[in-house]
Amino acid sequence: MPEINLSTAFFIGLGSLTIVASLGTILSRSPVTSALFLVLNFFALGGIYLLLEAQFIAVVQVIVYAGAIMVLFLFVIMLLNLEDEQRLTERYDVKKGFAILFAGLLLVEVLYVVGLKTPAIAPRLGTVAAEIGTAKYIGQQLLTEFLFPFEIISVLLLGAIVGAVVLAKKNFGPERATAKTTL
Amino acid sequence: MLNDLLLTLPITIATVWVLVLILCEAFVHNANLTRWLTAIGFAGIIASIFLIPSPEGYAYGTMLRTGTFTNFSNFIFAVSGLLVVSISDKYLEEEEINFGEYYIILFISTIGMMLMGSAANLSVIFIGLETMSVALYTLAGMLRKDVRSNEAAMKYFLLGSFATGFFLYGIALIYGATGELALPRIAASLQTNGVSTLFWIGLSLLMIGFLFKVSAVPFHQWTPDVYEGSPTTAAAFMSTGSKAAAFSSLIIVLSNISIALPNNAVLQTAFAYIAVATMAVGNITALTQDNLKRMLAYSSIAHAGYMLVGIAAGSNEGYSGVLYYALIYTLMNVGAFGVIAVLERHRTLTNASDYAGLFKQHPLLAGLMAVFMFSLAGLPPFGGFVGKYKVFAAAVEADLTWLAIVGVLASVVSVYYYLRVVIFMFMRDPEPAPQANANATGSFALVAIAVIVFLMGIFPTEVLKLADNAMKVALK
Repeated sequence: MPEINLSTAFFIGLGSLTIVASLGTILSRSPVTSALFLVLNFFALGGIYLLLEAQFIAVVQVIVYAGAIMVLFLFVIMLLNLEDEQRLTERYDVKKGFAILFAGLLLVEVLYVVGLKTPAIAPRLGTVAAEIGTAKYIGQQLLTEFLFPFEIISVLLLGAIVGAVVLAKKNFGPERATAKTTL
Repeated sequence: MLNDLLLTLPITIATVWVLVLILCEAFVHNANLTRWLTAIGFAGIIASIFLIPSPEGYAYGTMLRTGTFTNFSNFIFAVSGLLVVSISDKYLEEEEINFGEYYIILFISTIGMMLMGSAANLSVIFIGLETMSVALYTLAGMLRKDVRSNEAAMKYFLLGSFATGFFLYGIALIYGATGELALPRIAASLQTNGVSTLFWIGLSLLMIGFLFKVSAVPFHQWTPDVYEGSPTTAAAFMSTGSKAAAFSSLIIVLSNISIALPNNAVLQTAFAYIAVATMAVGNITALTQDNLKRMLAYSSIAHAGYMLVGIAAGSNEGYSGVLYYALIYTLMNVGAFGVIAVLERHRTLTNASDYAGLFKQHPLLAGLMAVFMFSLAGLPPFGGFVGKYKVFAAAVEADLTWLAIVGVLASVVSVYYYLRVVIFMFMRDPEPAPQANANATGSFALVAIAVIVFLMGIFPTEVLKLADNAMKVALK
């Protein structure tokens, strides 16, 4: 029986909140409720990051995901006017039953192997965890050891921007004379 | 720093050149100019590989690997890009998507591939994979007003993101188990601290990500829909360049880790079974396809299976066989897709039966297609035969004779659907004529590919030496 100190108690609380929020995200009928549950999920995850002394990630998680991205998400949901989501609910059939059965079996197997057969991982000693999580340390690492990935990721962003413009721009080059889709 | 830029000259050139391309397209708006500039960029990369081959070693700390392996894999990606650019223009005009952006995205995708082929750090592999994939998702959806193309892009994007999730989770667990991201240091950590279950879980998740990209069974379902829906020339690029990139990355990871796992029977067995399943499903499903693009999609699954035989062998011979195979597969598959792109008209004329009597109307095209089909089937004296011989021989040497036998049987099955196309072209009477519109660069490229495929079958020694050398020097 592991001793229950404050951080374990916090972890259990935040962890169960994360699970409940994830379930709420996929189970709630209305997309807006779903999105709000997701926000809650992000906040709980941010808390877990804080417990792990990753302050920078925790703040970024809340600002970027819960803040910026989710607001966009909610805007899109409201603009799209997804009222008849009821129609999207799928019916269960034999195939799906089998899929659930096998997925469940796999889950049990994985839990068995991971939970019972894996020896507990010894905590790594080394750089003090509290230092690793700070913005200063991350910035230093990014501009020294991880300089190359940090720089080359700009090519990825460039590609994503060009791709998004190509796919989303309304009038692009000459209009196709006859829209031909043979289905 | 400056030295690092020179050591990884192909990537440096490509990164600078892509900015030139974007600025040029933004200010001049001329797709043909961008096309030529893209071709020049690819040619420049190839030239830099031959003129200033990088010495063995690392660049940017231990982020990138340099040396013969990298030179060879970068060469494959640049050739794939150059060939696809040269067969693209007529098809794009026909489908009215002749935008400069198509070439820019193609080029960005190649940068991602080169990162994957020269990475020595899991974070670089991940960035390369994402750069390549994001560009490919866009290419799949280039036919913006076509429902099938939208569907292809959407499917590829959703499933690809899912696979990326596995990949990233695998990297995270490997980092958790070893505390390192650089592949040589991961191997060192495994040697000193032993191999934990956590590492195995991470490695399997990483492998799932790779197997998705090479479309191995059971992660292959996206392939036919995506190749059929995408623009034909983009499908040519996806099936060759991205597959070669995923395989070279896989080889880098496995050859680094295998130092720490001397008796990796688990990995070998796992790859052997996946290879069998991939060859069987790919070849048997291809038998029933009438649409040539779908047929080539299943055939590309089957070819991934042959290459996985080389991976399962797990020896330097096997890996160099995979490298050679990736090169020859790039050539012949771009060729086959190129002929389809020449004949296709807005998604019609893509069935095998549409090719009836092609020989009487377009003897050149029919002859080229026959060369590519024979080579894909692995018949001597074409290059495909040598590639298959190489990976199967490596399997026999690694005591996987049964796997080599299954591979040979699978390629016997494949002869049926490749030759079916040839029979339609040469032995049936023409129906309403397919009008071909091959232009000068396109046909020149196709003829050149056919000649090289032929030469690589008759005189494979030099290229084989290069591939062997790439493995021997680089990863030992």
